[in-house]
Amino acid sequence: MVTTDAPRDRARHGLTSRQRQDPIGFAVAVLNRLARIEALDRFGLRKPTERVVFEATRTGFRTLGAVNRQFARAGRGGTPSRLPAAKAAGTFDLTPTEDEQMLVDVVTELAAEVVRPAAAEADASASAPEPVLKASLELGLPTLGVPEELGGISSERSAMAGTLVAEALAHGDMGLAVATLAPGAVSTALSLWGNEEQQATYLPAFTGDDVPAAALALTEPRPLFDAMAPETTARRDGDGYVLDGVKSMVPRGADAELFVVGALLDGEPRLFLVESESTGLEVEAEPSMGLRAASLSRVVLDGVRVSDLAPLGAAHDYRECVRLSRLAWSALSLGTAKAVLDYVIPYVNEREAFGEPISHRQSVAFMVADIGIELNGMRLVTYRAASRAAQGKDFAREVALARRLCTERGMRIGNDGVQLLGGHGYVKEHPVERWYRDLRAIGVMEGGVLV
Amino acid sequence: MINLEAPKKFRPLIGQAHQVAMNLLRPNSRKYDLAEHEYPKELDMLAAMVDGLSESGQASGAGASGVRRAEDDPSKSNGGTRNGSNLASVLSVMEMCWGDVGLLLSMPRQGLGNSAIASVADDEQAERFKGVWAGMAITEPGCGSDSASIRTTARLDGDEYVINGEKIYVTAGDRADHIVVWATLDESLGRAAIKSFVVPKGTPGMTMERLEHKLGIRASDTAAFRFEDCRVPKENLLGSPEIDPKQGFAGAMATFDNTRPLVAAMAVGCARASLELTKELLERAGVDIDYDRPAQTQSAAAATFLQLEADWEAAYLLTLQAAWLADNRTPNSLEASMAKAKAGRAGSEVTLRCVELAGSLGYSEHELLEKWARDSKILDIFEGTQQIQQLIVARRLLGKTSAELR
Repeated sequence: MVTTDAPRDRARHGLTSRQRQDPIGFAVAVLNRLARIEALDRFGLRKPTERVVFEATRTGFRTLGAVNRQFARAGRGGTPSRLPAAKAAGTFDLTPTEDEQMLVDVVTELAAEVVRPAAAEADASASAPEPVLKASLELGLPTLGVPEELGGISSERSAMAGTLVAEALAHGDMGLAVATLAPGAVSTALSLWGNEEQQATYLPAFTGDDVPAAALALTEPRPLFDAMAPETTARRDGDGYVLDGVKSMVPRGADAELFVVGALLDGEPRLFLVESESTGLEVEAEPSMGLRAASLSRVVLDGVRVSDLAPLGAAHDYRECVRLSRLAWSALSLGTAKAVLDYVIPYVNEREAFGEPISHRQSVAFMVADIGIELNGMRLVTYRAASRAAQGKDFAREVALARRLCTERGMRIGNDGVQLLGGHGYVKEHPVERWYRDLRAIGVMEGGVLV
Repeated sequence: MINLEAPKKFRPLIGQAHQVAMNLLRPNSRKYDLAEHEYPKELDMLAAMVDGLSESGQASGAGASGVRRAEDDPSKSNGGTRNGSNLASVLSVMEMCWGDVGLLLSMPRQGLGNSAIASVADDEQAERFKGVWAGMAITEPGCGSDSASIRTTARLDGDEYVINGEKIYVTAGDRADHIVVWATLDESLGRAAIKSFVVPKGTPGMTMERLEHKLGIRASDTAAFRFEDCRVPKENLLGSPEIDPKQGFAGAMATFDNTRPLVAAMAVGCARASLELTKELLERAGVDIDYDRPAQTQSAAAATFLQLEADWEAAYLLTLQAAWLADNRTPNSLEASMAKAKAGRAGSEVTLRCVELAGSLGYSEHELLEKWARDSKILDIFEGTQQIQQLIVARRLLGKTSAELR
């Protein structure tokens, strides 16, 4: 059942509410509509809104959530498994541990060999190709934040390792990185805040061979959205809860079998586990400026009833979840910004104008220098937040600064990346226009990824 | 293991420097800003105390003296990484400049010339010039950033070099007892012929011409010198007297790899003072900075503050990175320039914006915000301007020579 209006921008084409149609304008609009119907017929794009092929690219049809597997309720209310914080280090050090370095090396290779070559096509088709998803599963990325005793690969808090992995993966492509890291956000959330029953019910699926698509849904579609004050609501109903609201920017929402949704319960923001088949849950494609390979979606919750197993963690866990997600987005920006730097250097050295490489001009060379300087700063600020998170220290300030810096300076890097290539940067022959679109996501996105 | 917190073992040092900054530098900050060229006698007491501390091994040098790369290796701590004198120096300089940049630059025996000696001198020279207070003379009326084209000459005559030329912008030039002078052995041989010479004050032929009146760091004297047939023993040439075209400028420039993180640290310390005071003034005005809420949902003042603090944090960590690399004997000239570039521009941006945020309270002499905004400007200029740092970084990233990317 459709309960909310179609997205405002689609209905109004970016017009403000002050714009008024005059009679000629009305006639033109009718013509436009007629022309469209013909086009729809010609390309056979009209589809009923049953559970059908999810057309993420060009249309905004709403469909029911994916059929989810049976998450058989398990556990008996014992003690959940928790990863211990990394031991606090007393020494200033920028060297990853051996384990982290090994992981980074493998992921870097995946990013270069598998992810980057698939990026342009994934962006165009607004979907992540199966081989890319499979390869990341083979590396065990969804279990990075899961304790060993629950079938994961971690023996301590993995925020630093997760940061390094997100950075390395986004060097290949940010959209595909989001698509492949999305299930890990849910499994990490379960590991960090799930009770024993929730872990026993849901985690086995993530540590097995057939890892489900899953997504952490925190963003909501409105200006000045504040993740700490969601408008999606949860109210108690018998021994369960009822959720209402709209979540935005949910990676691979149509494929996801399990969501972790942010909602306000008794005036406090909380996380809720919601299976995709729940009645009243619908998914709508939300193709966006960038990150198209992540098949971003809206998840509409209309009186969705969930059991007493649904609430995940407490209000302070919700806040930590938002912070860890922002950390992951900062990490992603590092990889994409580095991709820009690595791409523009050979370009400005080879491109000639006025009889010499354009890199011989200070106005060009200084832009490259500033990309290098700001990127290094972004990386250090993000790493500080990550290492504090991993060591169990308070990191609210550090992650806020990382997000601010990566939003501001990261976008500048994306902007300069296109500018340095000039007209060539504006066309899809080169990847810089995609990175420009992807980097705008930092500072907008909440949820989706988590370290 | 990645960890970007200030090393535990330097906490006492940082605490000490902070107490000095709070209880000795701050109370004298405005006094010597107003009384330019007056000798801050309070510093003599402090210098004596610092000497005492370093003799008892409790201090790793409050300033430039800490940058010498000792070959004896204090055992590497966990994970094989070392936190040594470079990190200790930038951390204590940050604290001291949180107190007052001008007064730090006037600290006896902590001049930039001391850094040059520490960086380039051989062991005999290091021993001979131990305990001197050395200023640094590079800039000339006709050349600043383009230090390869300096005109001051040094001609070997018997066992002495004869120095002729004019030098300006010598920090602590009046108060220092030695000046490290950059001069060329042969103008036709370019940068490879440029060497540095330690000239004791009072050497005949050396005249201090004037002291500058400046925008900021007024507690620190800035002198101009004339050298007319000024003779120094040939052993006072720092480093090798050979003119090696292959090595080029590298010898003299090595100083900068050591001093740039220190200047970056100065900018970071000064800007932190502005941020801290501004935050409190804003809080008193009812603006609280919320790190969890997006900047655009907070007041414009809070959003501005968050951006300033984020840029500051980047400058701070870039500075620590450059020093950490030096401690671990990893080439750091790229990172040193990155730190100097970011800290230099963030320093000006932060301190100037804080004046604006605090309104007339920030602009007037009632608070020190206006002073910090004046002080910080020099830190984006001396020891290599913003533009020189960008040039260095660009050449390194693009793999260009100074002939290709000019």
